Amino acid sequence: MIENQELITVDETTLSSKVYGFFSEGYRLVQIHCTSVDAGFELNYSFDREYKFTNIRLVVDRETEVQSVSGIYWNAFLYENEISDLFGVKIKNIVLDYHGKFYQTAAKAPFGKPEQEERKPEEES
Amino acid sequence: MTKRNIIPFGPQHPVLPEPIHLDLVTEDEKVVEAIPRIGFVHRGLEKLVEIKEYQDFVFVAERICGICSFMHGMSYCQAIEEVMNIQVPERALWLRTIWAEIARIQSHLLWLGLAADAMGFESLFMHTWRLREHVLDIIEMTTGGRIIFGSCRIGGVRRDISADTLDYIIKRLKELEPEFREVTEVFINDYSVQHRLKGVGVINLNDAHELGIVGPTARASGLNYDARKIGYARYPELDFEPVTETDGDSYSRCVVRVRELFQSIDLVRQCAGKIPGGDINVKVTGNPKGEFFTRVEQPRGEVIYYVRGNGTKFLERFRVRTPTFANVPAMVKVLQGCQIADVPNIILTIDPCISCTER
Repeated sequence: MIENQELITVDETTLSSKVYGFFSEGYRLVQIHCTSVDAGFELNYSFDREYKFTNIRLVVDRETEVQSVSGIYWNAFLYENEISDLFGVKIKNIVLDYHGKFYQTAAKAPFGKPEQEERKPEEES
Repeated sequence: MTKRNIIPFGPQHPVLPEPIHLDLVTEDEKVVEAIPRIGFVHRGLEKLVEIKEYQDFVFVAERICGICSFMHGMSYCQAIEEVMNIQVPERALWLRTIWAEIARIQSHLLWLGLAADAMGFESLFMHTWRLREHVLDIIEMTTGGRIIFGSCRIGGVRRDISADTLDYIIKRLKELEPEFREVTEVFINDYSVQHRLKGVGVINLNDAHELGIVGPTARASGLNYDARKIGYARYPELDFEPVTETDGDSYSRCVVRVRELFQSIDLVRQCAGKIPGGDINVKVTGNPKGEFFTRVEQPRGEVIYYVRGNGTKFLERFRVRTPTFANVPAMVKVLQGCQIADVPNIILTIDPCISCTER
């Protein structure tokens, strides 16, 4: 194992306070990413301090509006716009909200659907 | 009140090798706001993983970017190896380290050339890229390719570097080093370079941390962070410290890359002295089940690879956070308040790689 990685699961009500806790402790926001899962969307927030890597995981259903963390970490606006454009996750109060115009995509929320819904694996085609 | 204008910058612009668009809101010659827009050439590679077998996807990962191609392949392999708990042979890890550092040398030379071109210093640009060709020759000699290495695979590497070839690489780098010094001295000491870069686009240490900046851009602001220190490949056995500067301006970003160029030569030399014999790969069976984030220091900074497998040969999720993506907020911030004439230099010293970002 290259490094130990901690994973903390949160819900919508504790997300902001947890992220603020990391900010107060001097962690850097490394990235935010989304995965489309059966239950809806899984959001992962990664932080680093002195090479210690920690993740916060939030699972929400497709209709839930997620609170932006860009008020805490300003650079989060970029990740949140990306997630909003590619997955269609509803994120409220992004400090710099492009309203779906950050990425130039031909289809709306192209990554939003669960895997292999539209295309089948190569071996089956 | 001064009238505000919006100047569109990109996606096609002489200073941009790749497409990114910025709406520059200006008051006279001063930029008051910069609004980026990307996605002009987005390839959706993260989605492609769902229909491409995980072993074959190494080739796709390598093609995310033509400049950091090897390190993309290596990051992907590393993430899969962690999920599958594969013990990569020692020699393969050393070979990966050598190729990664050679890739860093050619990438930094490419950047230095582009920086010279952006400043209008054409002869410096040509000399830098002439030297880069010699490094590409070394890459071609050891991998068969000049841009796409194709040498990394899950479980190790595809090709070995013989002792004779390694000796030749060390000898060649020793021959090239004085030429590198001659050219990079111009970047460091020339009046016109300093005039264009010093005090321009300053990112202080606090901003560098809070904006999550990575790579030479962060280290130029004094942030002592280099993902190689995490301990992947064989970096734990090498003697090096992250190169940092403190001024945080465009000139510091240039100096960091110059110093890293020579650091990489030294690291290749150290590797050549320590590389053991043995196998270069192991047979991989089964499918990945589990998840892992891997972090690798690419020439432009820390890249994050996230993979999640469900026990089938198709990954459930593959995510790449490229260093350029992490550095875009810094670009937005630092452009606020700058002069319109400094915009190309500021953007270039942050070294955006849109190919990576449009994965």
